[in-house]
Amino acid sequence: MNAEKSELNNALSLQQEQGIKQFLTFIMADEEYGVDILTVQEIRSWEEITELPNSPDFVKGVINLRGTIVPIIDLRLRFGLSSAEYGSLTVVIVVKIEFEQGSKIMGIAVDAVSDVYSIAEQDAKAVPSLSESNSCEYVAGLVNVGEKMIALIDLQKTMNI
Amino acid sequence: MKRILAVDDSASMRQMVSFTLKTAGFDVTEAKDGSEALAIAKQQDFDAVISDVNMPIMDGITLIRELRTLPNYKFTPLLMLTTESGLDKKVEGKAAGATGWIVKPFNPDQLLAVIKKVIR
Amino acid sequence: MSIDLSQFFEVFFEESFEGLDTMEAELLNLVPGEEDLETINTIFRAAHSIKGGSGTFGFTSVADFTHVLETLLDQIRQGERELSTEHVNLLLKAVDCLRGLLAALQSEQEPDLNEANALRLQFEQVLEINNDAEASVQLAGAKDTGSNTYQIDFKPHQHLFKTGNEPLFMISELAELGELETHVFYDEVPDITELSSDECFLHWRFFLNTAKDKKAINEIFEWVEDDADISIELCGGLFTNDSQNNDVKHSVVSDECTLKNEESSTTQPAATPAKPKAQSNDKKPVTTPESTSIRVGIDKVDSLINMVGELVITQAMLNQLSEQEITPATITSLQEGLAQLAHNTRDLQENVMRIRMLPINFVFSRFPRLVRDIAQKLNKQVELKLIGEQTELDKTVMEKISDPMVHLVRNSLDHGLETVEQRVAAGKDPVGTVTLNAFHQGGNIVIEIMDDGQGLNTKKIREKAIANELITADSILSDDEVNELIFMPGFSTMDEVSDLSGRGVGMDVVKRNIQSLNGSVEVTSAPGVGSTFTIRLPLTLAILDGQLVKVAKHTYIIPLISIVESLQIDITKVSRVGKNLDVLRLRDEYIPILRLYDIFNHQNAIESLDKTLLVVVETDNQKVGLLVDDLLSQQQVVIKSLEANYHKVDGVSGATILGDGRVSLIVDISGLIKLSGLKKPGSQELIIDQHIAVEAQ
Repeated sequence: MNAEKSELNNALSLQQEQGIKQFLTFIMADEEYGVDILTVQEIRSWEEITELPNSPDFVKGVINLRGTIVPIIDLRLRFGLSSAEYGSLTVVIVVKIEFEQGSKIMGIAVDAVSDVYSIAEQDAKAVPSLSESNSCEYVAGLVNVGEKMIALIDLQKTMNI
Repeated sequence: MKRILAVDDSASMRQMVSFTLKTAGFDVTEAKDGSEALAIAKQQDFDAVISDVNMPIMDGITLIRELRTLPNYKFTPLLMLTTESGLDKKVEGKAAGATGWIVKPFNPDQLLAVIKKVIR
Repeated sequence: MSIDLSQFFEVFFEESFEGLDTMEAELLNLVPGEEDLETINTIFRAAHSIKGGSGTFGFTSVADFTHVLETLLDQIRQGERELSTEHVNLLLKAVDCLRGLLAALQSEQEPDLNEANALRLQFEQVLEINNDAEASVQLAGAKDTGSNTYQIDFKPHQHLFKTGNEPLFMISELAELGELETHVFYDEVPDITELSSDECFLHWRFFLNTAKDKKAINEIFEWVEDDADISIELCGGLFTNDSQNNDVKHSVVSDECTLKNEESSTTQPAATPAKPKAQSNDKKPVTTPESTSIRVGIDKVDSLINMVGELVITQAMLNQLSEQEITPATITSLQEGLAQLAHNTRDLQENVMRIRMLPINFVFSRFPRLVRDIAQKLNKQVELKLIGEQTELDKTVMEKISDPMVHLVRNSLDHGLETVEQRVAAGKDPVGTVTLNAFHQGGNIVIEIMDDGQGLNTKKIREKAIANELITADSILSDDEVNELIFMPGFSTMDEVSDLSGRGVGMDVVKRNIQSLNGSVEVTSAPGVGSTFTIRLPLTLAILDGQLVKVAKHTYIIPLISIVESLQIDITKVSRVGKNLDVLRLRDEYIPILRLYDIFNHQNAIESLDKTLLVVVETDNQKVGLLVDDLLSQQQVVIKSLEANYHKVDGVSGATILGDGRVSLIVDISGLIKLSGLKKPGSQELIIDQHIAVEAQ
């Protein structure tokens, strides 16, 4: 717990000092996306989900997170991509998002978790408007890390369901 | 350690008096009306009694009068808490056998200043 | 020493609010001319306590205001003044005002003194006080032999030395008057670089015990009256001159405490009067904070302790069994032990829930005052009856049911009860009666609000409903059903919006609020006789008795309380009405069949009516049947909210976590009915009647 705390503190101070944020990246449909690591609560393996009737297709359902009901979002469907099969390899990233009306805990179903990168905000470029998915509203910026291109997700917009 | 019996039907006042006196080094027992105080006083001896006047069941002046009939309390300092407008209460209190009076409202220092006159 | 008085504030506020409640209740019991001395004394003592406490803890605005109340009450109890209705009304208004002042102070906001000042003037008029006369009564000191203790604050202005006066001499003179205790303060002494030897930066607080009167003290400071801030306050005294320790004539106690907010020549007692935090620019309405603590009777706590004890024993027993070899005998013992565990857990659970339960009297006690005030305003005569005040319900439910109840009672007073003339003309007792009755029934608490007034005007309601297009002109509804229409949004039959109700936003909000507590409200009425509003609420919010059902491989939960019966469908009694609706003839009723798999859009469901079961449920006076694959167990479940991290889902009222950790959804029957399209009460009858018409042909 203490190691995690000090890591968190590092992330926070980095952010404050140099406008550098740390992102947890994950793979979805062969693309790499990133979320602000300060929002990530935990990473869980796939578990049985309870469907919510008459809900949008990207809301897979809800799970029990230590006594709290947490909705699971399929980011592929949210981005308008084709959905994938969920299996034992699917991973759920649990995030805490601050909305106007208060904070909510939600889960994102992804294919696999990738890495943690420190990214300077100024390096993020805007998303070009032509894109296969409707993801442009949900992606805050694009960033190059080495050879890769990572799309940074705007959680507040994406998870505002 | 000297022991003081503090009597008042208001819990916040009791707490304040108790805390002040305890901090000054006294041992304090609380009672919420005259009748409870009398019962407690009969069971153990106190070195001084401070009592409010307006209380249900048995008021402060009656308490003082009753205490004076007890052999152990003939010479004990008995102080009454009285408001400025109740100055005629002072006369009554004196007749009942009170030693002195403290004006309500009072701050902790004032309480101690008067207490020190009769018990250290 | 400086003691922080703020540690006593919360207790003071609590006991003061209680005192105000007592004052109000007793004031309402007072009948001028027949008042009983004990009641008056109780009211006096309550006011006296509040005044004393507020003065001690620095809430001077409250102390000053309460002073006039206390004075009036004192005069009445001494027999110097006769109690009148005007006095009672004035005192009741003062109680309200004090509530507001104390609430503001409790939230550390600046209290609004306008009302208090206006009321105080009224009191002063009644008491015929002029301020000067009062002041001279104070601080008369001990005229008899005895010694007084004074608190003297002496703060010389910086230039004092230049007048040729020497504080040290004055202090010596003070010491000559009696026993002197001295506190000196250095907080105003500047840095050594700014220090100048011909200026005075020290100030003092003395406690002087002397047989002399205040005049003697004043004389000592006569010459420096304009060059120093001096305040002399009588704080106590002894009836005789002896004090036990005569040798200590002069004691100096040095303190570095800083006295904030010292005010000259006032009689403020507290060194630091409580200063409310700087208020924000937009004045927030002061609401009494919802209390987050609860008083629990010690018997409930003892019960719990016992139960936990039993639980520990059972656990130890199971533990021991688990260490034994597994034989059929131990398995039986294990099962018995588990049954015992279930029993213990259930007991514990029931008793823990009881902790949150409080007697409904907490809510009922609002009403005597409310009814009195409104009746006076409306010029009606009303008697309020309260039955079942000790009936217990959950604290949170109680807090939330209070406002709807108030609205219903107001409604009864405003629209239900007739004026005195009307009642007499109708041959009724001129005094109308409003009765509040609370009792337990099943797992619910029932609260009835009854009046013996004119009853609901069913005809007018029907007309209004048609005008507002809530029902069609030819819908066939019973009188009760028409009366229920008043709960629909936008409904109001009052041609003028009265101050109290009739704004058309009342009844539907009431119903919604009650429903949000998983409760229900209905009305019955008889013209000329009266009306009764019946509120039903579950005893607790968090727990539900549920029937688990299987629908297309999903497990759902139906609230047990809404289940009328479950049955296998007799296909011969089923008929199709309209396009998609199947209806089951059950005795003399027609029950629409709702296919849950369809409403919930589940695939691979069992559709045939002879392979499924029907659970007949009732809500809002409507009966429908829910089609399920199978009935599973009945369980008590803990309701978990979906809205915390998601939002409301139609047809679902909440979620729960089953024993295996899975999430299961609890169905919301009204929501299901809406989703299925079977909406208006009128329309259902229409469909059935059509069908009968078809059958008859």
